[in-house]
Amino acid sequence: MNVRRGIVIAWPVLPIVGALAFTSILLMSFGSSPIESFQAMYQGAFGDRSKTLSVLAFWIPLMLSSTGLLVTFTAGLWNIGVEGQIVMGAIAASWIALRVNAPAPVMIALEVMMAMAAGALWGGLSAILKTRGRVHEIFSGLALNNLAIILTNYLISGPWQPPEGGTFRGTQPFQAAALLPRLGESRFSPLSLVFTIVAFALVVIALRGTFWGLKLKALGKNLRSAFLLGVSSEREAILAMLFCGALAGLGGAVRVLSWFDSLRQSISGGIGFLALLVVMLASFRIFWVPLVAFFFSAVLNGSITLQLRTQLHSSLGGILTGVMVLFVLLFGDLQKIGLGLRKKPHEQQ
Amino acid sequence: MNNSEIVLVLASIVLQATPLIIAVCGETITERAGVINLSLDGTMLMAAMTGFVVGLKTDSLWFGFLAAAAVGGLFALIVAFGSIRLRQSQVAIGFVLTLLGDDLSAFLGQNYTRVPGPTIKHFAIPVLKDIPILGPIFFNHDPAVYFAFVLIGLTWLLLYRTQPGLHLRGAGERPEAAFARGVNVNRIRYLYSIVGGMLVGIAGAVYSFDIKIGWSEGHTRGLGWIALAIVIFGGWSPIRGALGALMFGATKALATYLQKAFPGVSVVAFNSIPWLLMIAVLLLVGGEATERVIVIMPKPVQRPLRRILRVAPPMALGTTFGDQ
Amino acid sequence: MHIELRQIRKYFGPVKANDGISLTFESGRIYGLLGENGAGKSTLMKILSGYQPPDDGEILIDGQPQRFASPAEALGSGIGMLYQDPLDFPPFRIGENYLLGRNKRLFLNLKAAHRELSELSRRYGFSLDLQSNIDNLSLGERQQLELVRLLVGGAQLLILDEPTTGISAEQKDVLFESILRLAREEGKTVILVSHKLDEVQELCGHAYVLQRGVFVGEASVPCLNETLVEMMFDQVPDRRERSPYALGEPVLELKDLTVSTYRLSVENVNLQVCAGEVFGLAGLEGSGQRLVLQACAGLLKPEQGKISFDGHDVRGWGYHRLQRAGMAYVAAGRLEEGLVAGLTLSEHVILAQPEHSFLVDWTSARKKTEARIEKYRIVGIPDTTADALSGGNQQRLLFALLNDPLKLILLEHPTRGLDIRSSDWIWELLYRRRADGTAILFMSADLDEVIERSDRIAVFSGGKMSRIVDARQTSVDELGHLIGGQV
Repeated sequence: MNVRRGIVIAWPVLPIVGALAFTSILLMSFGSSPIESFQAMYQGAFGDRSKTLSVLAFWIPLMLSSTGLLVTFTAGLWNIGVEGQIVMGAIAASWIALRVNAPAPVMIALEVMMAMAAGALWGGLSAILKTRGRVHEIFSGLALNNLAIILTNYLISGPWQPPEGGTFRGTQPFQAAALLPRLGESRFSPLSLVFTIVAFALVVIALRGTFWGLKLKALGKNLRSAFLLGVSSEREAILAMLFCGALAGLGGAVRVLSWFDSLRQSISGGIGFLALLVVMLASFRIFWVPLVAFFFSAVLNGSITLQLRTQLHSSLGGILTGVMVLFVLLFGDLQKIGLGLRKKPHEQQ
Repeated sequence: MNNSEIVLVLASIVLQATPLIIAVCGETITERAGVINLSLDGTMLMAAMTGFVVGLKTDSLWFGFLAAAAVGGLFALIVAFGSIRLRQSQVAIGFVLTLLGDDLSAFLGQNYTRVPGPTIKHFAIPVLKDIPILGPIFFNHDPAVYFAFVLIGLTWLLLYRTQPGLHLRGAGERPEAAFARGVNVNRIRYLYSIVGGMLVGIAGAVYSFDIKIGWSEGHTRGLGWIALAIVIFGGWSPIRGALGALMFGATKALATYLQKAFPGVSVVAFNSIPWLLMIAVLLLVGGEATERVIVIMPKPVQRPLRRILRVAPPMALGTTFGDQ
Repeated sequence: MHIELRQIRKYFGPVKANDGISLTFESGRIYGLLGENGAGKSTLMKILSGYQPPDDGEILIDGQPQRFASPAEALGSGIGMLYQDPLDFPPFRIGENYLLGRNKRLFLNLKAAHRELSELSRRYGFSLDLQSNIDNLSLGERQQLELVRLLVGGAQLLILDEPTTGISAEQKDVLFESILRLAREEGKTVILVSHKLDEVQELCGHAYVLQRGVFVGEASVPCLNETLVEMMFDQVPDRRERSPYALGEPVLELKDLTVSTYRLSVENVNLQVCAGEVFGLAGLEGSGQRLVLQACAGLLKPEQGKISFDGHDVRGWGYHRLQRAGMAYVAAGRLEEGLVAGLTLSEHVILAQPEHSFLVDWTSARKKTEARIEKYRIVGIPDTTADALSGGNQQRLLFALLNDPLKLILLEHPTRGLDIRSSDWIWELLYRRRADGTAILFMSADLDEVIERSDRIAVFSGGKMSRIVDARQTSVDELGHLIGGQV
């Protein structure tokens, strides 16, 4: 019994240990010291104030997308298209930033609204393809991701090419009034933190306390029964995707308006996919999401520093998070793998 | 465009479609047994990288293919184990493996990008290559292409003409009935997940030995997803799947040709064709619009049209069976 | 072949499905295995046929203890079971279905399979179209096919689980005739699992009765029905007499309704259900009655004809609009169609309410749920999830979710899986709704239920609706003929 209890207590640590062990082996096979590398990663994430602010700045769009995904996952939708929704948000915000001249508050309000609308559009498209066309959201989302990236490349190399000639890397920097006010020299914008907190609070209330949240929950668990109970599956699925798309679009706006200052080639850089991992690692537990997102943000930022210092590919961060999620998915549920403190038959009921 | 040019384009379509055909056959086998291996995109990247690096280091294509097949089998084994033994979501595991395969291939292959390496030698099949038109299109390639042809036939034969094929499909359609007939459903599912995964791995290696030679980050990115969509479009049949693969191969070959023909149009427009096509074909086999069109057709053609256009997945696809 | 079951035990959690059952079966005889729903008949037969192992106890064939790892092994030892829902492969062709697991040859010989099949079906008096797929066959034909497969596989003992549910009167005659011949001429043992006394009386020579997982008695049949009934139930339930009820205005009216899916088309249905009336639809599963119910519920678009509900022409109304207008639909699927596994009873009650506020009021929802639990006698608390309930309680929960008042209730197999007392209670509550002027249209595979509970009845056969008969003046025989397609 004590051994079992020990296993149960130590269980949550196992994925972390497993992921660290796996990446350590990788590092050693490339002739690097794991301890030094992890130290470098830690330094890269929290070495000084600006680095910590970078982690926070990276956390914001990740958190916005993860928050949106909580809604679609609750509704039982695999919104893989979240990546494209971020990109579309970034494109829409850039469009305002490049084409409109107005005082900063007006600019920012317009950018945010357009970004949310564009993200919602991309999410809604996926939803309509699902409800009307029976195309699974994984496939439509994936295609729409690629189309959004292709559109970015087209804009950067075509209509929005900087006047000094296209480098295929990005548009010219936006006017100062178009950018979100940033904290000092950092990429972190306090206003975007306000957006994130508001969005997260809204989603917590929506999922825990509203009738809409309950409908989504029913839908996610059993579409047919939910429909027969009176839930319009089509409408709620579309709403959930619009909601998530809007939040992801807002994340995209934060990417161009505070992380960068222009539309870049890989504007999202996989934040959408990372957000899917965040929600999966948190096992859909709502209050774990900010923490997990913060941890991932630190790992990813740290691995970029690692690459700069040791020339090791920055995908190490992705491997670390990926292996961790894989471990949790495979072995996270103690009951399912038969190690749990299962009740004996006579204890049930 | 004259005749010989058309033949050249068609031959390049066949070549472009080759890795897709192999991957589609593999995934068709896996899904017919009732398991969805969604990790195809990551698996192909890992296999393309591993195959190339091993081929380069050992200077042997055989070892390259062997290593690629092993990687593909291993990824599939993780999906099968997670779903059958641990009862976790196949989609979730497959998706995480997709991302992991992408990052892992980028990391492990970082010292081998854009390095020259071995390729499959051209080999025109004697006699057959001299058949007018068909010869140069189909039989003036290399062994990987011929392997794909043979694989289509073998997969079809396995599924529809053999006792093991009945067991395989039975496990995917109605596992409880298959169990009643003495089929060990979960063993079958493990087996064909791994077989399918190995074929997907080989497909990845074919890409880096034959289509876009060498390795670079994100070498085959997107191909795995397209293969997954083709499996659906192909109605879980290897022959229809191969036709779908050829169609996607055609978009690639056509894009190259159209770029020359219409230099004014941006390159990026052509890149979007496969993704638009992916949505279009899935709409065609699943969407309501198709049904509406079928209904207004004359009665006698409705049934055959439905058979061609509508597809149904194996009944037990993605479900688990038994206590373990 | 002499088969003996010794002290078979099988527990599912706290439920003792089989609690030490011992029975013997001799060759050449036909046995009836009787018992209420949940008496443990199916569990015992699944153990005997190798589908699941017992927790304890043994199976002896000619004195030798046997252990079966699968039904295929049991068939190898001569025991074959025909399930209520035949264990075949709907998308397969008949030949493929026949050959799966038949031999160890690598390549399939479909021609030889067809030859074998047509010869065998001639021998047993079956008629099968060998060119079609399994999913184009009727349930009766699928049973025949399974029977042939079991016999070819060497079955000496045949277990038939409720074989007459859902097949036509003619198919039943064919089946019974071949069973008799198998026992008399070929010396096979047959076990007929059933809760229909008439069938057991007609076919069997001996009956075993189970009750709550225990063997409670046996009798040589034919015998008095009462003898068997007394063994099956603690006390014989008395049938309730319904008080006559004055019918009101028509609530639901179907005029020349045509509905079709690509499997089946139902043409020219005309019927009327009045306020306070209970209208029963009988027929084999898949004869079209479900399509009509679904069309009434707005789940299926009619091709032609008119549906009026409460005076409105409701063609083109969706399910949710009809629901808001006072229609309720209870499907047969429970956890597939109706309840959501993982949601609690309170959450179900909230979702099913017609009106709701933006924010959920959990306290009042809990109170409401407690009241419904009490009224519908559900074993559970508001925080129990639907999947944690037993089948009967899930069925009661479905009824507990119906709102008050309703104009029309559409029901599929309303009491399937309920014991007699529970179904009496459910019907009692449904009859009380007559005071609100509720009309009830229901379908059931159980002819007794249709006759006992309805005011008027229509029978469906192969997509055609029969004339409408008065429930008080009809009999199981008359309905049986209508089900067989006779007018």
